Amino acid sequence: MAVLVVADNDNAHLRDGTHKTVTAALKLSSDVDVLVLGKGAKAVADAAAKITGVRKVLLAESDALGHGVAEAEADAVLALAGNYDAILVPATAGGKNFAPRVAAKLDVAPISEIVEVVSADTFTRPIYAGNALETVQTSDAKKVITVRPTAFAAAEEGGSAPVETVSGADAGKTRFVSEEMVKSDRPELAAAKIVVSGGRAMGSAEEFQKVIEPLADKLGAAVGASRAAVDAGYAPNDYQVGQTGKVVAPSLYIAIGISGAIQHLAGMKDSKIIVAINKDSDAPIFQIADYGLVADYKSAVPELMDALTAAGK
Amino acid sequence: MKVLVPVKRVIDYNVKVRVKPDQTGVDLANVKMSMNPFCEIAVEEAVRLKEKGVATEVVIVSIGPAQAQETIRTALAMGGDRGVLITTDADPEPLAVAKLLAAVVAEEKPDLVLMGKQAIDGDNNAVGQMLSALLGWPQATYASAIEVSGQAAKVTREVDGGLQTLDVDLPAVVTADLRLNEPRYASLPNIMKAKKKEIAQKTVADYGVDVAPRLKVLKVVEPAKRSAGVKLETAADLVSKLKTAGVL
Repeated sequence: MAVLVVADNDNAHLRDGTHKTVTAALKLSSDVDVLVLGKGAKAVADAAAKITGVRKVLLAESDALGHGVAEAEADAVLALAGNYDAILVPATAGGKNFAPRVAAKLDVAPISEIVEVVSADTFTRPIYAGNALETVQTSDAKKVITVRPTAFAAAEEGGSAPVETVSGADAGKTRFVSEEMVKSDRPELAAAKIVVSGGRAMGSAEEFQKVIEPLADKLGAAVGASRAAVDAGYAPNDYQVGQTGKVVAPSLYIAIGISGAIQHLAGMKDSKIIVAINKDSDAPIFQIADYGLVADYKSAVPELMDALTAAGK
Repeated sequence: MKVLVPVKRVIDYNVKVRVKPDQTGVDLANVKMSMNPFCEIAVEEAVRLKEKGVATEVVIVSIGPAQAQETIRTALAMGGDRGVLITTDADPEPLAVAKLLAAVVAEEKPDLVLMGKQAIDGDNNAVGQMLSALLGWPQATYASAIEVSGQAAKVTREVDGGLQTLDVDLPAVVTADLRLNEPRYASLPNIMKAKKKEIAQKTVADYGVDVAPRLKVLKVVEPAKRSAGVKLETAADLVSKLKTAGVL
């Protein structure tokens, strides 16, 4: 049984969601190929060839693939699908955008965002924003699966797989117009190792920027926010961590002035270590926090900044 | 232009989900149910398109138990024109839902299917993309802005690390993300008016679609519980704990 992993990339860089998806794929088969979809993405294919355990790398290029147009991505995968028993895609916004199309065309049930490979046909995935874990067994001969990268360790590098070129695909009735990427030195929220989030206690957008962002920058962290803070206009919507926002699982999550509504907890409770800073000692966030500081953020955050400086950060 | 908006009845997003002790699923008995938040955003956008004179009719469709009728009524109170309820006792998988919706599309012939990007129960984030693939229509998922002009729609999408704008030929499938709009609360007069709006009653059998599940749910469990940790006295204590844990 051979498995095709579709690489997570931005035409220039291979992202480590690929390495993590390869880890999941190697649990299914030792015959794992990586497909790079993009434009001018030879460097990405070369990087993928270095992942240990990869049999070969396939590179499909076209303008539409370079812009991540789902119709083209699905067609490029479908052209190769006959050679594989399973297709694994990192569960990024881009991966989740085209993987279900592949499943629909193959008439199979997609299995979304798996966090565990139980056996070759059985997988565990979170439902209800991670408040329950469902283990499903598929009866489909071919499997189309998206893999939650944070749930798997990254495959090592050290291999040297051959790279082959395969045919690209076009966008059909969809036209790419433009793209506006946030230019931030901060890591992306969903992929960050450390996340610093602020809640309604901040009281204003100015205060949010003054308190949360410097701490995040000191830690090299991404910035998050609770829905309450977003609804109040203290932080932009794409900062939102929670059931209806982004689900994150960083190594360290620092919640500042966040009470811990179910909605928010659903988006961050798989973080490795959770720190809560809140002046209300009864706030629900303390029930799941590994370390808590019962203190007003106004004094606690500056103290934390100082302590980090003292510790050489 | 006719807009079709599929909506799903799910556990209210503020309810704490409880897993059944026999591990067969999540307890839905006596739990507050609401319209899936992303569906609500899709309904709002469709109604706004109608208010702008772009859409002429907004048709709401829901697949689920008889009570999904209430979810359709909510959408009609927000401004939908009429509804289609497809009842089933099963909980159809995304592939089956996409096939059923494709059958509804064949009947209704909308110019645009506007739907939520994902339901907050199954969290599959799949039906819109699958429907688009089955219909051979363009797709634009995770929309934060939609601008219809003539026979095309310009859609701004939330992608990894920023925004992307696509221009899609109509008919198309567009799925709504959080930032698209803030759904309105239905006014009392509109709630009263919605009671008189037509809801066609259908069953899955009416569409001749194979909805047999492909996935067997072996078990549903609660994730490992986190226990409360320790409360520390000072920021310096915190930094030293975090250093020991190796996360700094």
